[in-house]
Amino acid sequence: MTQTKNDADARDRAARQFIAALPHCRALSMQVEAVAEGMAEISMPWAEAIVGDPRTGVVHGGAVSALMDTSGGAAVLSHPTAPLGTATMDLRIDYMRAATPHQKITARAVCHHVTRSIAFVRAEAFDEDRDKGPVAVANGAFTLDRGDKP
Amino acid sequence: MKRPEPIQVVKQRRDKALAALVDGVPYIQFLGITFDRRGDELTGILHYDDKLIGNPMLPALHGGVTAAFLEVTAIVTLSWSMLWDDLEAGRLEPEGLTHETLPRLPKTIDFSVDYLRSGLPRDGYARARINRSGRRYASVHVEGWQDNRERLFAQATGHFLMPQRDA
Repeated sequence: MTQTKNDADARDRAARQFIAALPHCRALSMQVEAVAEGMAEISMPWAEAIVGDPRTGVVHGGAVSALMDTSGGAAVLSHPTAPLGTATMDLRIDYMRAATPHQKITARAVCHHVTRSIAFVRAEAFDEDRDKGPVAVANGAFTLDRGDKP
Repeated sequence: MKRPEPIQVVKQRRDKALAALVDGVPYIQFLGITFDRRGDELTGILHYDDKLIGNPMLPALHGGVTAAFLEVTAIVTLSWSMLWDDLEAGRLEPEGLTHETLPRLPKTIDFSVDYLRSGLPRDGYARARINRSGRRYASVHVEGWQDNRERLFAQATGHFLMPQRDA
């Protein structure tokens, strides 16, 4: 039991350090909201700098991509098989609706399957109006570095 | 026969319209993206900055930065092609044009990025090709490279919803 709790704490710490070490995530003020085995939830506050449409203040799709990509990578690294590193191979994002201006966006990514060298990830991003459904959903494949020779 | 316009007039008109499209968007400024124009052809330039790094160990550009750069290039290229005819026919007056006063622009429906090699900590370039541009939808392909035009570091395809003009 204690062991499980320690594992969870270590994973949580690792995820927070992972995000804090990435300059672009710092630039977008991303924060780890939750981590579990093969799951990561990361948020990004609204900011003037990430606006794509100055008429409305709606965040640019590209910033949502950066959040999706980060949460996907974090979900892979928190997978129980403990990969040493990961890189995005492909990421497809569907934009369902414009994010409400001045609201925080939170992406939840799940690494739902891994092979020896690949991780498959699904992610959803919500603003604070959760009942309106996701702002965007994503599917991606990530490489897995297991530290063994190919 | 009508005398052709002086070259400065033509260039100024096109550059002003392009600036209205690009300069007013905070996120494009934040990422440090500018556009080179040769006639109607645009090349996006991602000017390197430390804040674009995702993996500080390698170091490599953040995958989200790469996706955003390609998406910005796709949407600016598509918007530019949409404005071009009106601009050249004199139906769009670039004087005093800002991002706020531009016609409505296309919206991204979906965007799929293919990462081919890690983004190096230096400038990147991208060019988009509009494969289909209908009244309602457009399909755009983008290629991104760094040192060699033939060695892409990423490519992407996106679908866009075109603004309804006479709505």
